[in-house]
Amino acid sequence: MDSIGILLSAPWLMLQLAVDGVLIGALFALAAYGMALVWGVMNIINIAQGEFVMLGGFVTLFVAQAGYHPLLLGVPASAVALFVLGWIIYRLIIFRIVDGDLFISILATFGISILLQQLANQLFGADVRTVSADLGSVALFGGNLVVGWIKVIAFFAALLLGAGLFLFLKFSRLGQAIRATSQNSRAARILGVDTDRVYAATYAINAAICGAAGGLVVMTWFTHPFLGLPYTVRSFMIVVVAGLGNLMAVLWAGLGLGIAENYAGFILGAEFQAAFIFLLLVVILVWRNHRLARRRMVLK
Amino acid sequence: MKSAARIRPAAYLVLLVASLTAPLVFSNYVTQLAFLWVMVLFALTWDLLGGQMGYNSFGNIVFFGIGAYACAVVQRDWGLGYAPGLAVGMLAAAVLAVGAAAVLGAAILGLRGHYFAICTLGLGIAAGELAAGFDFIGAGSGLVTPVFPGEIDERNLVYYYLFLALAAAAFLTLRWLYSRQFGLGIRAIRDNEDKAEAMGIHTTRYKIAAWCVSAFFLGLSGAGVGNLIGFIDPRDVAFAASTFGVWMVLMAILGGSVSIWGPAIGAVVFHVTQELFWTYLLGWQRVALGLLIVVIVVFFPQGITGWLRTRWPALFGNVPVGAPGAAEGDAEAVP
Repeated sequence: MDSIGILLSAPWLMLQLAVDGVLIGALFALAAYGMALVWGVMNIINIAQGEFVMLGGFVTLFVAQAGYHPLLLGVPASAVALFVLGWIIYRLIIFRIVDGDLFISILATFGISILLQQLANQLFGADVRTVSADLGSVALFGGNLVVGWIKVIAFFAALLLGAGLFLFLKFSRLGQAIRATSQNSRAARILGVDTDRVYAATYAINAAICGAAGGLVVMTWFTHPFLGLPYTVRSFMIVVVAGLGNLMAVLWAGLGLGIAENYAGFILGAEFQAAFIFLLLVVILVWRNHRLARRRMVLK
Repeated sequence: MKSAARIRPAAYLVLLVASLTAPLVFSNYVTQLAFLWVMVLFALTWDLLGGQMGYNSFGNIVFFGIGAYACAVVQRDWGLGYAPGLAVGMLAAAVLAVGAAAVLGAAILGLRGHYFAICTLGLGIAAGELAAGFDFIGAGSGLVTPVFPGEIDERNLVYYYLFLALAAAAFLTLRWLYSRQFGLGIRAIRDNEDKAEAMGIHTTRYKIAAWCVSAFFLGLSGAGVGNLIGFIDPRDVAFAASTFGVWMVLMAILGGSVSIWGPAIGAVVFHVTQELFWTYLLGWQRVALGLLIVVIVVFFPQGITGWLRTRWPALFGNVPVGAPGAAEGDAEAVP
């Protein structure tokens, strides 16, 4: 545990890790918000969530390789491309399982996740790739704290997107239809809401914001075909901790996860960072179950 | 077609003779045939939780990996000969796998439905990542199992019969368990867990017991597979979540969980298809795997046996009351 000693003797490093954690945490929260939307409205846990993030990263990468600006054009292109992909996936597969068993939806989206992951692996190659936005970085406190501008921009872009989605759900006609469907799909249908369209839009919007998050991720960190599952698990954890339909709690949980992951990555070493994410999932679920079990009598 | 009761003993006999002589007839494909029985075992043990109990686990591969490593470590460190080392190693594999199932089960089998599914998904991958960072078992560079004293063909044959015995033992054990109160208990849990609990079934005990049975056979098969392959990689052999781990789910669903034959049939169909056609896909196998999962889950969720049951209900003893010929149980007479 030498790294803990290093950490304790270097307060600036602790701050650096925390700041980086907060900045990536907003992106986790954005993907988690999408997962909560689909889960709440369609009662589907979308295991392919992380693959949308991964594909969004690739779209931005290709836009950048084509010579356009990754931030101004790449991220919107990712959102649009993933919106279309989400709509197509809904029309092909998801609409068949919306009213079905929850486990069928987990398995089907798990299949979609493997499919997208392996397709990306075949078509784009398994290399770790990144896009540089060439924005430089800013040194604060006399060089003790260095923050890349792109991380700051990604952080605020994620917040803006989240806020935009919130306002969209709150005030727009389609957003109101989405909320009505989530509260009671039968009643919504009786009152003239085309719930099939609402579901398609919900799934596609989720894919789009994941795609935008992926575009921001590829500029701040990197992308590769096997990036998906950790993002799905992160989103799931955040939603489980925050609860459905609570935007601020999703944001706080996302920031907290970002910080925790950065510290864990430093203390345990990079090779255990993935293990940390997946074990944290197990711990969170067991802890949640323990809390729930205390409220009811369970036969042992 | 004769009634199911009359053809059953004959079918068992044919199956037994075929499985005992298969490696001698197809002597070039003994390894593939050995893996056929591993696949059958995978599907059967997955179906115990996923099909019969309604607890869909993506993490059963954990017990397979624990078994593989436990056996290999015993063989490496205890300095027994090959055969005694393997025997003690398999014992250790079974004990450790069952122990892990009991401990993990007590912790996470309280989770319901999709929470359990996603928790086990995390567990399976976490196990692989942890094993890849654990120096005692070779970390990321894997662990080499002892070399078989004898010809390669002889080794393949030994492991073929080992896996055949394991799959048969798993099949008979599960069939026996399903026919008892245990079977009723786990199906009650699947149908309505709260009601089962209210009826006085100790649901948590049943769930842990079921996972332990599953882990027992998976641990033993892991020990064998580690030795047959000769090399244990943490992510690609022991905790191979993206191959074995996904296959078990797929095979069990493909077969359907109407009867215990479902997962066995699903495993055979999947494995044979895979061995025959997979090589032509040239790296697109895993894409096909994802596509296959989606197609089966969305369009064919009842599986092969589910389809057979709607087609020929008499095979499953479900003759509709009042159907012509219902008394004789003739399948042909049922519309």
